[in-house]
Amino acid sequence: MDCGGAGMSEARPSALVIGAGIAGIQAALDIANSGYRAVLVESEPSIGGHMAQLSETFPTLDCSQCILTPRTVEVGHHANIDLRTYSLVEDIRRSKDGSAFQVRIRRKAAYVDWSKCTGCGACQEKCPFKVESDFERGVGVRKVIYTLSPQAVPNKPVIDAEHCRYLISKHEIESGTVAALTKSGKPAEPKCGACAKFCPTEAIDWDQKDTYEELEVGAIVLATGFDLMSPAQLGEYGGGQLPDVVDGLAFERLLAASGPTAGRVLRPSDGQEPRNVVFIQCCGSRDPARGQPHCSKICCMYTAKQAILYKHHVHGGEATVFYIDVRAAGKGYEEFLQRAQVQEQVNYIRGKVSRVYAENGHLVVKGADTLGHRSVDVIADMVVLAMAVQPRPETRRLAEMLDLAIDDSGFLCGLDEELAPIETLQSGVFLAGTVQGPRDIPESVAQGSAAAGKVIQRLRQQGGEAAA
Amino acid sequence: MASRTYAYFPGCTLRSHAHEYERQALAAGQALGIDLVELPEWNCCGATFPLNAENVMDLIAPARVLIAGGKAGGDLVTLCAVCFHVLRRTANFLQTHPFALERLNAFVEEGPYDGQLRPRHLLEVVRDDLGWAEIRQRVTQPQAGVRLAAYYGCMLLRPGPEIGLDDPEQPSVLENLIEAVGAQATSFSHSSECCGSYLAATQPGAVERASLRVVEAARAGGAAAVITACPLCKYNLEQAQREQPEESRLPVAYFTQLLTIAFGVDAPESAPWIVGAPA
Amino acid sequence: MDDSAVRAPDLSGRQAAWVREIETLSEQTLLACYQCGRCSAGCPMVDEMDLLPNQVIRLVQLGMKSVLDSQAAWVCAACLTCHARCPKGIDLPRVMEAIRILAVRAGGARLLAGDMPAQELAEAPPMAVIGALRKAGG
Repeated sequence: MDCGGAGMSEARPSALVIGAGIAGIQAALDIANSGYRAVLVESEPSIGGHMAQLSETFPTLDCSQCILTPRTVEVGHHANIDLRTYSLVEDIRRSKDGSAFQVRIRRKAAYVDWSKCTGCGACQEKCPFKVESDFERGVGVRKVIYTLSPQAVPNKPVIDAEHCRYLISKHEIESGTVAALTKSGKPAEPKCGACAKFCPTEAIDWDQKDTYEELEVGAIVLATGFDLMSPAQLGEYGGGQLPDVVDGLAFERLLAASGPTAGRVLRPSDGQEPRNVVFIQCCGSRDPARGQPHCSKICCMYTAKQAILYKHHVHGGEATVFYIDVRAAGKGYEEFLQRAQVQEQVNYIRGKVSRVYAENGHLVVKGADTLGHRSVDVIADMVVLAMAVQPRPETRRLAEMLDLAIDDSGFLCGLDEELAPIETLQSGVFLAGTVQGPRDIPESVAQGSAAAGKVIQRLRQQGGEAAA
Repeated sequence: MASRTYAYFPGCTLRSHAHEYERQALAAGQALGIDLVELPEWNCCGATFPLNAENVMDLIAPARVLIAGGKAGGDLVTLCAVCFHVLRRTANFLQTHPFALERLNAFVEEGPYDGQLRPRHLLEVVRDDLGWAEIRQRVTQPQAGVRLAAYYGCMLLRPGPEIGLDDPEQPSVLENLIEAVGAQATSFSHSSECCGSYLAATQPGAVERASLRVVEAARAGGAAAVITACPLCKYNLEQAQREQPEESRLPVAYFTQLLTIAFGVDAPESAPWIVGAPA
Repeated sequence: MDDSAVRAPDLSGRQAAWVREIETLSEQTLLACYQCGRCSAGCPMVDEMDLLPNQVIRLVQLGMKSVLDSQAAWVCAACLTCHARCPKGIDLPRVMEAIRILAVRAGGARLLAGDMPAQELAEAPPMAVIGALRKAGG
């Protein structure tokens, strides 16, 4: 079976971890290092979640890839972790005695045989077609056959069937949409196929199908993470219409050395360096009227981080942050914020922006300075929106499948939100990371370990065998 | 061509100041097979929607219009954006507050009002009952190369969920109409910024400043004229420019004139965006 | 500087009848406003006002009666932009109207038709004159 990960010992898997962001990765590693087996399922072709998209992390300004990669590589090589990327959990049923779960996993057709693929990258180089990349959040493109990054674990590509010329034309021929014979009488051939021509190990498999796997586990960790509310939902900020109004993750991709602009901060509209960037906090958060009621917790900190990094990248650039209340409650956070405001001279203005519009090639930000008792208009080259953190649609699907409680914002609820935040109403199902609500990396890592602890506790109680 | 009939409420300003708006609407309606039948009796809608909880009496004026509309049967259509706003919100309020409806019916002789009528704006009728294809079909003078700014003002759009005419942050009905007659809707940063409204009567300086911002934004977008659906917006935008030399003023026209010109009902050379002077 | 400034602020005004009246007339939970300032950021008349819209509601929250003397409510155009964008869904135009109503109840109508300049009365569209008179309590 084509699963793309190491770890092929014979012992029965003991735990399922759904989601391979930093929380899921930590949970899987702790379970695996305790001698139990973990099946780690991830919907993307490779692991790392949002942390893989970041340039640096707050408040340390560590290079995100640099601190993440040791973990992802460890996952990729771990004897006790069965890594199932590009896969979805289709169904979960509790066993009759309640102690275990029967799980069905669907591995999406990648059209690449990962057991033959060496990760050489020739296919990506030779693929003639580029499409918008979700990973690049609207500011970059990828090839139709792609890995998410050069450091991807596993470093094996998938083909985006929706945009692949070969697969589309193959389907048209097979379904009769186009003629089976060309004008000269020869059988019609699908178009392109460049990747297959250049693959040194003949790993392209045009006939690959989705595959299904049934397994039984003793415990489950849900670590399916978060997404950001779409800027298109805030028409007054020009979201979705003005190319130079982007969300925080898109700005991260511009800052990242491995990003589409190789770490140069450039405006999407004209590729020029912005001399003046406005950051707007609370976009869709703390907004029961038109968005989410909750505070997204991480935005004050990542905005400060991005403003600092922007000023490092663009010497002499002006950064302005429009905020309502700055939340800097974690370790080292207040100090980081003071660094932004004092040493780095990021302009902090207290007031929620009413609207953003385009004029003469710039952006006009209509804001207010409630502390200075005046309205404030800022002319900016780029605007970065700290959009609300919200659960992925996948989370709701899993909640329904497992009959779990969700809160008003759609995040999963712990068994007791104060004293049992990792456990859920379902015994044996545990939570880790932003699936439960907005939180930062240290918290997500800690919860990954906490969930692993609960899993190990349960498996020990049930007498589950630990792998050698 | 099927004919559609609507009860029609002109409102006071259309009869005193904005005659052209009504004339154009009736003429464009005729070309579109729309019959706007004036209510036999009507009064001023009140020009403001009362923003306080206590006084049902403030709703008597618009309620009487709604009652007359209900008696006429079918839909009630208006042209003035403020009339539309007041009537729409009054109808919503009375529909959702039975106690207020009861008190109101106790005071109004013409009633009772059953709270069911939904007043509409002509733009809505054109977009939803006819469709843009119908408009395009009747265009004999396509306004190719004409660049127009779609100006909504406030009362047509806000509050969004209650008025329900269009998306208040990124509306499109006026732009679609402009495009349906072959013209180009220019980008316009102030398409739903306030002209100053009724402050024309009390704070003319403030209104001039607000309206000039709107005019300058329309100019910056390259528009040859501003298209509007509100007589007060038109008045304010024109008044704000009165100190400027005539040839440099940006014309303001009702969307209905866009239709009469494009349909060949009004002479093409009379279009304000060609003449350059306020209609 | 006044000696009373170093003592705790006098918030007894929050219980005053006029605050209750504003809450009742406007039907708004005034304390729901967390002073984000978005209303002020988008107000087309903000530069004409002596207080920012968010300051107006703040003073009512604090029970400071001087807000009834501010001219801000009288240059409010009721454009409804503040209400459309408030993250807490507060209908600030209703608060402005409540302030106008209280001022008229206390001191009479702010505008009477007979006081309007004749030229404006003649030239301005009826919808403007009627609207202004009703807003001003005349």
